[in-house]
Amino acid sequence: MSTTLQPASTATEQFALRQRSPVQRVQHLLHSYPAISPFLVLVISFVVFATINPRFASANSLSLVVQQVAVIGALAVGQTLIILTAGIDLSVGAITILSMMVAAKVAEGGGLPGVLAVAVGICLGIGAGLFNGALVTRIKLPPFIVTLGTLSVFTALGLLYSRGQSVQASDLPSLLNWTGESFRIGQFRITTGVVLVAALYVVVGFALANTAWGRHVYAVGDDKEAARLAGIRVDRVLLSVYTVAGAIYGLTAWILIGRAGAASPNAITDANLESITAVVIGGTSLFGGRGALLGTLLGALIVGFFRSGLSLAGVDDQYRVLAVGLLVILAVAVDQWIRKVKA
Amino acid sequence: MTTPVLSARGMVKTFGRVVGLDGVDLDLYPGEVLAIIGDNGAGKSTLIKCLTGALVPDTGQMFIDGQLVHFKRPQDALDAGIETVYQTLAVAPALDIASNLYLGRERRRPGFLGSALRMIDKKGMRRDAGKALADLGIGTLQNMAQPVETLSGGQRQAISVARAATFGSKIIVLDEPTAALGVKESNQVLKMIREVRSRGLPVILISHNMPHVFEVADRIHIQRLGRCAGVVTPQTHTMSEAVAIMTGATTVAETPGRA
Ligand SMILES: Nc1ncnc2c1ncn2[C@@H]1O[C@H](COP(=O)(O)OP(=O)(O)OP(=O)(O)O)[C@@H](O)[C@H]1O
Ligand SMILES: [Mg+2]
Repeated sequence: MSTTLQPASTATEQFALRQRSPVQRVQHLLHSYPAISPFLVLVISFVVFATINPRFASANSLSLVVQQVAVIGALAVGQTLIILTAGIDLSVGAITILSMMVAAKVAEGGGLPGVLAVAVGICLGIGAGLFNGALVTRIKLPPFIVTLGTLSVFTALGLLYSRGQSVQASDLPSLLNWTGESFRIGQFRITTGVVLVAALYVVVGFALANTAWGRHVYAVGDDKEAARLAGIRVDRVLLSVYTVAGAIYGLTAWILIGRAGAASPNAITDANLESITAVVIGGTSLFGGRGALLGTLLGALIVGFFRSGLSLAGVDDQYRVLAVGLLVILAVAVDQWIRKVKA
Repeated sequence: MTTPVLSARGMVKTFGRVVGLDGVDLDLYPGEVLAIIGDNGAGKSTLIKCLTGALVPDTGQMFIDGQLVHFKRPQDALDAGIETVYQTLAVAPALDIASNLYLGRERRRPGFLGSALRMIDKKGMRRDAGKALADLGIGTLQNMAQPVETLSGGQRQAISVARAATFGSKIIVLDEPTAALGVKESNQVLKMIREVRSRGLPVILISHNMPHVFEVADRIHIQRLGRCAGVVTPQTHTMSEAVAIMTGATTVAETPGRA
């Protein structure tokens, strides 16, 4: 009896599959590959900006876009990890500035050697990330509140420690400026900082997609209780995520020194919003558990394309701000829609 | 009598002023299917959560093979070989079927990729997930890379059950595993329970479906208002007697059954 019923039920299911409307198919495709929409936006904006002003597509201009995007792109890696766990990090910029100012001050005018200064910066980032993570996991405060608080704390510490003064590149050991050095690949000019950021994407992207730790990061962001019942130590995963993010911010501090040619406590004031913007435009869900690092890279590049493309088109910079704002809203709307997917 | 595989004494669990469990004893013997029945809110889920580390009881002791154990978290019970299908179906909706089946115990690739790069064996896990589901008679799930949220409630339940059947090495606990399943799939789960028992693994089964309970259970633990109202067997008591004890219409003392 059951054998005679079986083919019928599978046939109905196949029928249901074929019944999907084109819109539903798009929804399913985006659900499986969330990086598709930022990729399309990137390609379209490239074509449009290159048509308006061919100089946009020149090797020079593209190299500049990549260099401009590098710092926010690196911070957005840490931000992606935290957002994947359904958290948010408002202290990205503050941690980066604090790490950078301490690394620069300890090395200033023949202080500590460059290697140690870089290590100090990264360790400080790790410490700050660990502090955020401990508040989130031990005291069980929402990440938004924790990082809103530490945003002020770390900003103040950075300003107090540096007495609000910048350190010029000329006063720093050459290793700290190394991330700003550039070389040519064909027509393109690449800085070592950009290479470091690329390596960061490869390493973290690999860990997220191919290791058990990566699976656990997604699972914790997706459904904390389900992850716990499956035997995942949720608090450990969260703590590791905030710590790794802190290490990334510490590393980015080094890249920022090279990029800016100085260590200034007033640099990257918009880092929080810009890194979150890159993550969201990249298709990672603010509700956690969904998204990919590749999307974040695309998101950061999209923002860079808009900046360069609109300025080359001779348009007021406020139009970039406006366009990026609309993109964020669009991206979140698409995410909401994708999440309603049904078989 | 043989030592129970699992034995719990005086389990108490309160939620603020709500008493979920009020001093419950439970014994599970090797190779048996122990059913737990009871009305909604009788404390069945709370009881098995305390046994599987999902909740920590306020007081009470637990023994595995006669050894005192303290489960502080689900991981501890999993390490002891106790697999559970929770009523709320602990699955991560955005993760795919294979990832859910292996969640928390991902398998690494052999060789350098696995040991040094810690790469997980996605292909192998997908293949074996497909096999595990096919063993359960769930043939309709073809694509192991499909996210769980696109599945029906019954299909999700099948994944939870497959997970428990695959990894259980000591005890399998099922909290209403057939609630969302169709007739054919329910029968597959009952068949799975018998297979697990024939492997010598004991099973704790919570169900509201009395015919199912009387079909597979060796003994029946009746839970009522946070307490154990008695333990009966399908041989000594009829279905209506068990239900009468469960609802408080009678007691085990008044209805000793045929034994
Ligand atoms: N997390 C919780 N917080 C507060 N009260 C709870 C919690 N979990 C269970 N309870 C209470 O404990 C009692 C027992 O609940 P439990 O879930 O164990 O019942 P159950 O026998 O599994 O019922 P059902 O057949 O509906 O699944 C109920 O009164 C319930 O309201
Ligand atoms: Mg229950």
